[in-house]
Amino acid sequence: MKQAIGKLLWWFEERLELRTSLWTVMRHPIPRDLRTQVGWLYVFGSTAMTLLVLQIVTGIGLGMVYVPSAGEAYESLEHINYNVELGWMLRAIHNWSANGMVVLVVVHMTQVFLMGAYKYPRELTWMIGVVLFLLTLGMAFTGQVLRWDADSYWGLGVGVAMVGRIPYIGPELVELMLGGPTVGADTLSRFFALHVFVMPGLLFASLTVHLYLVVRKGISEPPKPDDLVDPETYVEKYEEKLKTGDPFFPDVFLRDAAFIGLTLLVIVGMSAILGPDGPGAPPDPTLLAVEPLPDWYFLPAFAVLALSPPSLETGIILIAPVIIVAIMFLFPVFAGKGQRSPRRRPVAVLIVIGCFLSYCVLWQLGVQEPWSPHMTAWSGVPVPTHMIKGRSPKELQGAAILQEKTCRNCHALDGQGGQRGPDLTVVATRLTRDQLIRQVVQGGGNMPAYGKELNRFEVEALVSFLETLKPEGYASAEASVVTDRAD
Amino acid sequence: MNSQSGEPPTMETATTRRGFMEWFSWALLGLGSVAMAIPILGFFLGPILKPRADEWVDFGPLTDFPQNSTRLVDVLNPLRGANDGMTGKVAAYVRRIEGETFQIFSTHCTHLGCPVSWFKESGLYMCPCHGGVYYEDGGHASGPPPRGLYEFEHRVEKDRLMVKLGHLPTLQDPGSAHVSGKNS
Repeated sequence: MKQAIGKLLWWFEERLELRTSLWTVMRHPIPRDLRTQVGWLYVFGSTAMTLLVLQIVTGIGLGMVYVPSAGEAYESLEHINYNVELGWMLRAIHNWSANGMVVLVVVHMTQVFLMGAYKYPRELTWMIGVVLFLLTLGMAFTGQVLRWDADSYWGLGVGVAMVGRIPYIGPELVELMLGGPTVGADTLSRFFALHVFVMPGLLFASLTVHLYLVVRKGISEPPKPDDLVDPETYVEKYEEKLKTGDPFFPDVFLRDAAFIGLTLLVIVGMSAILGPDGPGAPPDPTLLAVEPLPDWYFLPAFAVLALSPPSLETGIILIAPVIIVAIMFLFPVFAGKGQRSPRRRPVAVLIVIGCFLSYCVLWQLGVQEPWSPHMTAWSGVPVPTHMIKGRSPKELQGAAILQEKTCRNCHALDGQGGQRGPDLTVVATRLTRDQLIRQVVQGGGNMPAYGKELNRFEVEALVSFLETLKPEGYASAEASVVTDRAD
Repeated sequence: MNSQSGEPPTMETATTRRGFMEWFSWALLGLGSVAMAIPILGFFLGPILKPRADEWVDFGPLTDFPQNSTRLVDVLNPLRGANDGMTGKVAAYVRRIEGETFQIFSTHCTHLGCPVSWFKESGLYMCPCHGGVYYEDGGHASGPPPRGLYEFEHRVEKDRLMVKLGHLPTLQDPGSAHVSGKNS
């Protein structure tokens, strides 16, 4: 029996010659320095790749049940969540594994950047890596569209508004993107084709080149300060190191195996506990009481769009991404030699810290959305009782107007309400009666004018109430600034 | 000419049968490729090769719209496809100023296309995404939008309000009212 199996295997080996091809690749030597703890920093790429495989497997499963039709996609997602055996779990894994893939690709890039592994002779490996990063984001966005809920619908609207700003050909590109004049069945189907055929194909093709380069050019040795990369001598030195190297499989791979296992456990755990993401509200263009938000990794971009000055906005939307990608892509061409160790590359370290800090700050702002009106604050957030206790009828009338005229959507009282405009809790210490009236009637400084919406009795009552908004014992704001200046 | 030699054809042989065969093969490959590329490219460019214009939609009798008020109207998008489902619907804000004077607004914020909500209490449209605010007449009141709300062309026909709409308005391709120059 044993002999028979051996014979059969040999029959295949004679034809495939794997011992001299695949097995040599699996056993390719890795610099010995990776044996130390620094070797743990080399596990992110292989884990990201594992998650890609996981995405394909779960994606095929979802593809068997999902109906990529604008009229039925939403229901088919509900069907997967509630009717299909373990459908909710498969959607959850696909979602959390996608999130994990975005995170791991970024961590992997950061590690490669900090350790100077993109330098000679691995510049092209980095460039293909940038392509893989962009494709991963592309998969994330198109996948979000396939969720076909209100976020997806209005997210497409945002994409359309951006593409529509491209000079001259904007409107044509919008029609190409949507597959017609409006968001509909042709839109979902083309995003389905992108997500399921086009982008995975490009991902696999790029990944093949990336892996080929990783094997051909070898895994970079951990950097040592003042060990400079010189294209004249690097290859020779590197090959010298490989003579004492460890085989990738199974020696070096053990760490990858451990981290991949841990990652899979985390994803299974998160999926089981947190479940799938959505679908949220249905993609109905007539349901306007929605607050569309992108998935978390795009929140910083969402914040940039709220905060950029209108005059620069189109430039920021259209030109900044091109510049950022060009810098990322061409970085190794300009910095492909010299120091590799982060201890000798303070600028590189600062770039990474700067990028992560900006990302986190913008992300935090994207979560808080201080620039957005709180659409339900006027009807849902009460006026604090201490602000209306013992007030005159006219002042109470003013408090009612403040509430009724949706002022609270933008203005907070005691921190409750919108943050678009200033908190009005102590407004009377800042603005005089005349200034309050002018601000209400004429608006200004990003506040709409309410002159047409309020009659003079309403303005009078509202301002009477606003004048009471100051801490006890504090004086009201006085118009003394002008006389001071006149002196 | 010697077909056994295996030498690439030179300028002298270009006019010979072998040269002609070579030229003919390349030409045939080119012709076939172009012939095949035309319909395929045409398919992918279909949405812009066969653009669809906005169409008139019945918004209901005038009596549905009280004077000096604004309300949201849902209709079926005239440009919807057979499989669009609920995305084949479209909504628009109808403001009846008085008599037969109307303004019809798109629900899309002119900043980045999010849905604006109408607050009759304050006479404002507010956008939940980046804080764009518009006045009752569609004019820009506050926030990042580069212009007022998009407007659609309308007319009154046999005491019914007709509105011309369909495509998703964007900055360079706004609502029908802007195209015709009316009400803009």
